[in-house]
Amino acid sequence: MKKSVFLGALTVAGIIAGGASAATLDEVKARGKLNCGVTTGVPGFAEPDASGVWQGFDVAVCRAVAAAVLGDGNAVEFVPTTGKTRFTALASGEIDLLARNTTWTFSRDVDLKFEFTGVNYYDGQGFMVPTELGVASAKDLDGATVCIQTGTTTELNLADFFRSNNISYEPVPIETGAEAVQQYIAGACDVYTTDASALAAQRANFEDPSAHVLLPEIVSKEPLGPLVRHGDNEWADIARWTLNALITAEELGVTSVNLEELSAGTENPEVNRLLGTEGELGSMLGLDAGWAKAALGVAGNYGEIFEKNIGAATPIGLARGLNAQWTDGGLIYSPPFR
Amino acid sequence: MSDSTSNVAFVRTEQIPPSAPPMAASGPVKWVKDNLFSGVFNTILTLVAFYVVARFAVFVFPWFYNGVWDAASRKECLEILDGVNGACFAVLVDRWDHLVFGFKYPPEGYWRIILSVVLLLVAAAPALFSSLPRKLLFFTAFYPFLAFWLVWGGSLWLPLTILGLIIATLLIFRLISSEISVDVRKLVAGAIGVICGAGLAYLLFIGAQELVFIANSVGTEGLVSTVAYGVFWIMAIFAYVFCIPMGIFVGYAIFNSFEDGGLVSIVASLLFAYLAFSFLLAPIWMALNAVAPIELPAVASRDMGGFMLNMLLGTICVSLSIPLGILLALGRQSPMPLIKGVCVVFIEFIRGVPLITLLFVANVMLAYFLPPESNFDLILRVIIMITLFSAAYIAEVIRGGLAALPKGQYEAADSLGLDYAQATRLIILPQALKISIPGIVNVAVGLFKDTTLVSIISMFDLVGMIRGPIQNSTEWTSVYWEVYGFGALLFFVVCYSISQYSQWLERQLNTSHH
Repeated sequence: MKKSVFLGALTVAGIIAGGASAATLDEVKARGKLNCGVTTGVPGFAEPDASGVWQGFDVAVCRAVAAAVLGDGNAVEFVPTTGKTRFTALASGEIDLLARNTTWTFSRDVDLKFEFTGVNYYDGQGFMVPTELGVASAKDLDGATVCIQTGTTTELNLADFFRSNNISYEPVPIETGAEAVQQYIAGACDVYTTDASALAAQRANFEDPSAHVLLPEIVSKEPLGPLVRHGDNEWADIARWTLNALITAEELGVTSVNLEELSAGTENPEVNRLLGTEGELGSMLGLDAGWAKAALGVAGNYGEIFEKNIGAATPIGLARGLNAQWTDGGLIYSPPFR
Repeated sequence: MSDSTSNVAFVRTEQIPPSAPPMAASGPVKWVKDNLFSGVFNTILTLVAFYVVARFAVFVFPWFYNGVWDAASRKECLEILDGVNGACFAVLVDRWDHLVFGFKYPPEGYWRIILSVVLLLVAAAPALFSSLPRKLLFFTAFYPFLAFWLVWGGSLWLPLTILGLIIATLLIFRLISSEISVDVRKLVAGAIGVICGAGLAYLLFIGAQELVFIANSVGTEGLVSTVAYGVFWIMAIFAYVFCIPMGIFVGYAIFNSFEDGGLVSIVASLLFAYLAFSFLLAPIWMALNAVAPIELPAVASRDMGGFMLNMLLGTICVSLSIPLGILLALGRQSPMPLIKGVCVVFIEFIRGVPLITLLFVANVMLAYFLPPESNFDLILRVIIMITLFSAAYIAEVIRGGLAALPKGQYEAADSLGLDYAQATRLIILPQALKISIPGIVNVAVGLFKDTTLVSIISMFDLVGMIRGPIQNSTEWTSVYWEVYGFGALLFFVVCYSISQYSQWLERQLNTSHH
């Protein structure tokens, strides 16, 4: 029957891609591991540390989902993907969840048939130039050479920005962030553009960070979030509400420190519903009552994960900014647990 | 009266020792004059070259000399150097294991890799140096199975059972081809012919049904679909019509070849191998393992990384692609049109496609074609692709060697009464391969370096490791020269040794008399 499988597979890849998405939850449970797609390395977001353990802000999402589903934040098989291979890896069923600072756009959501399950970081594209260039605004960059990573939304945003401002530029296409920085420092381009968070992180490691400035313009919206395949809404719900649980926990003041204490039962019904001491939220998802508690048990709530991996105290040193809770003037906002 | 001899003024009985040549015509002065300053133009070139080398050395030596070996991050390096020109070799110390073994291979299993590299040298030695005792080749044949077990872990009985089944297949081949009498062989040929004929007819029938299914799902909307629909239907009709005649024809052809035994024994042993590997392999090794468990902790393929992955891919692919390349080269020279056609199309197709495209197919496209739950290992897919790629190139190199042999060699072999297999094995290939050595080594070195291309499909080989996790870690962003230099050094050592060996081998095999 090998032959028939092969020929059948040749016919319509879409049929198989559709078939692959059925009951991801059961597959993950049977496998005992979550296959989670991450980057091959972005400082603070996903990077293996010196002992080979994946760390980072996106990695924490993978671990939280694994904990919610399997009860163990280490039951994750991290599959490194590049900007080019990430979507095929997800569509073909090689991974169950892609948490790889991927921008939520219309065409990725609709045309590529993915389901974004929320936003874990609001980013925007910025520009970095050497201070000695004396540029104060991105609109002064007429005729500049620009280092840019290929296969990303930044490439398209850049073209849009320069076209709408009626100025010209010369792109220097580059594969990875590390190479882009090298080219930029070596003077192969006047400007380096990518997400503002990455610019800040990379500048922090320059020999002389003060010799480079970030221009004030943020030229795009880059809502980065985890995504799953179309067609398995139960699985998408699990990914979406795990992220929401992390966010809600910060809003309600549930942290890794007081998690045990609060899960014994509190006066606040929403905390009780979140932690599974009241209501049936877990079983509605097809999970244990303690799913959100398990997810929070890995690395704490959204704010704690942020501060640990990319916050002001880390070498990345990002401020909360847009990623503060809505109560603090940011955009991080979770629908209620009810 | 005078003594005539005493009158002779002086007769020197020994030669004057040669006096030393003048200073300007000997020693270092002459060498310098001849080689460095032999003319105006050459003098200018020498001075320019000296200037370039000196500039380079003045920059690089302090960089090496001031190198920091002990720091936790690049920032710390910069602090220790404090503005002085110097390398940050601390990254190599900090990430040594990652660079060599990848970051997911369990550290307590590093000895397994080291042991298999040491054993690789032992196993390769008798194949590389003909002066060593030939019995060591048994270990060489056994080595792949041992190394598989050491690197991937699991039960030792799995590779041993595979080895056993391969040996059994070879024994059956030998039995049918030379040991049994013609009558028995006729019987075997009949049975095999019936099985193969029926199997082929069944496969064609299934294929026809499949084609009908495809044709119907393509439909007739639009020109392209209509054409495809028609083509699929025509293919399906052909398959339906010919499934039974083809089965009878092939079955009869197999039966009919019982006299010389070649085809029958090949088909019979392939059939045996297929049945054995699909039905016997799993029960046998599991039973053996249950009786006497010899196990190492299993390591998944995607946990391989670092320079180890390059070595793994390089060794496996080179050793697989040489035999495959020989077969392809012989096939391309074959007078049988079908075999020749298949080989030509294969070689030309592979040579016409860049390796990176094949790797993308292995990584991305195959995932669509395979059923989602099938666990078809990425490393295995990559090994297959790289092997096919280099086999096509090696086949062309060997074809060059075959073409370089004078026609008289082929005719001499025929006139001795040798059949094709004997002539090829004893006369043609030894000479053709000898001519092809430089070309094969060239392909092998190129292939070994090409294994770094897997970094593009997000595998963490040495280059992938540097480009991905190391340069993007919080501690080591913006470290370039140290890590890439280290990678270049490792590759240089291996590739230079290979090329030195091949030059030595050429001198050894040089039997021409000039």
